[in-house]
Amino acid sequence: MATMEMRKDLFADERDDNLNVIGKGVQRQDMPGHVTARTRFFDDHAFDGMLHLKVVRSPHHHARIRAIDTSAAERAPGVKRVLRGADVPVNKNTLLSLINFGKDDEPSLAVSKVSYKGEPVVAILADSEAQALAACKLVRIDYDPLPAVFDVEETLKPGAPVVNETYPGNYFEYHERFDHQKLRFGDVERGFAGADIVMEHRYQMSPIEHAPTETNGSIAAPEQNGRYLVHSCAQGLFFALGTTAKIVDVESNQLHFIGGTVGGGFGGKVDSLTEPLAVLGAMLTGRPVRFVLDREEEMLYGSPRGAERIYIKDGLMRDGRIVARHIRSYFDAGAYTRLSSYAAIKCTAHVPGPYWIPNVASDIYVSYTNRCPSTAMRGFGVTAVDFALEVQMDRLAEAANMDPMELRILNAYRDGDMKPHRRAAKNTALVECVQVAAEKANWPLSEQAKRASSLIGGGAGERSQIPATQLDARGQIGRPDSRNGPVTQVLPAGTSRIAPSKQPVMEGARDGRATPTQVPRYEPQRPAAPPPPPAYQPAPPPYQPASSYSPPPAPPAPPPPVAPAQPQHGAVRFSSVFGTRRR
Amino acid sequence: MAKLPLQFRLNGSDRATFVDPASNLLDTLRRGLGDFGPKYGCGQGTCGVCTVLVDGEPQLACLTLAVSCEGRQIETTSGMADGPNLHPLQDAFMDHFAAQCGFCTPGMLTAARALLAKNPQPSREEVVEAISGNICRCTGYEPIIAAILAAANAPGARRA
Repeated sequence: MATMEMRKDLFADERDDNLNVIGKGVQRQDMPGHVTARTRFFDDHAFDGMLHLKVVRSPHHHARIRAIDTSAAERAPGVKRVLRGADVPVNKNTLLSLINFGKDDEPSLAVSKVSYKGEPVVAILADSEAQALAACKLVRIDYDPLPAVFDVEETLKPGAPVVNETYPGNYFEYHERFDHQKLRFGDVERGFAGADIVMEHRYQMSPIEHAPTETNGSIAAPEQNGRYLVHSCAQGLFFALGTTAKIVDVESNQLHFIGGTVGGGFGGKVDSLTEPLAVLGAMLTGRPVRFVLDREEEMLYGSPRGAERIYIKDGLMRDGRIVARHIRSYFDAGAYTRLSSYAAIKCTAHVPGPYWIPNVASDIYVSYTNRCPSTAMRGFGVTAVDFALEVQMDRLAEAANMDPMELRILNAYRDGDMKPHRRAAKNTALVECVQVAAEKANWPLSEQAKRASSLIGGGAGERSQIPATQLDARGQIGRPDSRNGPVTQVLPAGTSRIAPSKQPVMEGARDGRATPTQVPRYEPQRPAAPPPPPAYQPAPPPYQPASSYSPPPAPPAPPPPVAPAQPQHGAVRFSSVFGTRRR
Repeated sequence: MAKLPLQFRLNGSDRATFVDPASNLLDTLRRGLGDFGPKYGCGQGTCGVCTVLVDGEPQLACLTLAVSCEGRQIETTSGMADGPNLHPLQDAFMDHFAAQCGFCTPGMLTAARALLAKNPQPSREEVVEAISGNICRCTGYEPIIAAILAAANAPGARRA
């Protein structure tokens, strides 16, 4: 086994002892099972009397369901049970509701309309897979096709078809107040005005299917004492357990999940696509139930990596310094949220890339379209914007007539540099990475670039400061004018925390659309009556000069209802979702 | 539909079962006989995870009608080791870290086994050709190729 070199000169803050495992070949504990075929994947379990679950899926991108007739399917040979939306105890869910983030928006089985081709509508449980598939063909669904929208920007325009009734503006609503994730640092407009070259490019990614060799699936079987055993392909076993418990409305200790062997995941097995219906089927029939996607379903219904459209506008000086960068990106969530809301947060945390730029702004939207919902995949929210950023860097190098490696070394973060997220960069190593890559590729670097170091030149003067920052009201939900609104505030230099607007969601009139449908949220811990929505509060005064800045007065909102604290399942893990810091 | 009797040898043992005439060999091995070595990946003969040996020839079990295997010798990865002693290919796969998620591994081992039985000293190109019908989505092809080449040079490798 080849050994790796640990560059302790670059990672001086990391552990200083000699590492026993990293860089050495150590046998994996699961390898003997893999080579002898004794590893048990979820489908490698036999049960007597097992039923097979198959799903009738929407042939339309967007359609209202007028009627569903399952009578012929129910009479078909071998069919033991037919499931419809009304059979699902909690037929609306969003994955991150386990950490109380986002509204429930996706049904297990569609009831009144379908929003993408492949959306599940009816489930059939039969003695054999062939019988279940034959019965699926007997289900009659009367659809009324609706106009569909597939473009991440078209869908945000007034008048676009509403993809997801829970989010009638076709964008994910952050904290019920904002239509996107926003980052502001300095004054990009002034940066562009003072730049020698201003360059803007558009980057379009495609969705990417994980295509795991093992398709998504699970087997659920009744155990004793009202418990259910579930063999699951899930990448996050407890995530799948919590999601299933919520949807089938049982205590999580009634579910016994077994997993850990995943036949390829890459992010595509975090959505609990099959477990809830398999468990529900086992509950309703008392029989073991196997629900496995075939390859076509995996492509249609198994979430892909969401496509992103990214606009990058840069202000560049002739000497190669980037003085301003504005990034606007639209993340294609497909029809339902799944994990796209988190992708945009990750993307925001990643921009402007590993470069110190004095003026940065970004606006990252999650757009709903009539496509298969997208989800996690290997650095989702980051890899696509990285592709765009690095192609942009090459274009900037060309415009400045500079070597692309040198341009990166010139602009790279140094230790101590202030990031737009108002935290100092530490343990930076891009300079050294580029130097090593250039050396290995026999790429000539100037003496100056060879002498550069992540430890030199950072964290001093302007590079360590939080500049005065232009704020605007762009992106506040309920303000039809807000998306292109002007600067409303200037935060003085050094302001590290921006108090979020407390302006509540206004009722109706969101971008001129109809009043949103009220979708009940899953709130297991709360007493029955939800608090009344707060009354409309006028916006704070639009402009306050920098010299006399004071925080906007808190709106006289009614006191928050006294409710027992909700459990924050897994909050530590996903703390970046809430903007809370991990220590 | 009336079921048909079926007998064949599986990893050296005589097995008898009844199958639906439309059953494929993969379902028969997995659901009928409990040999979970061959996997389901696509059901269309494109991924190779269901590869088994039928009379020494690699075949895709998902595209093989079970009744066509009457009287034949079926070999799967489950029967590859000789008790506690691993086949040289299995040893080589372990030594070369030639599995990541492990789902394609049984099919890869079977394809490699068929190759070495016919061609004990394959070139790298012949190894690549032999596993070209087996998809590894974790994209660990290089260690797999290295493992097969190493096994070809190991003592006892000709035992198929």
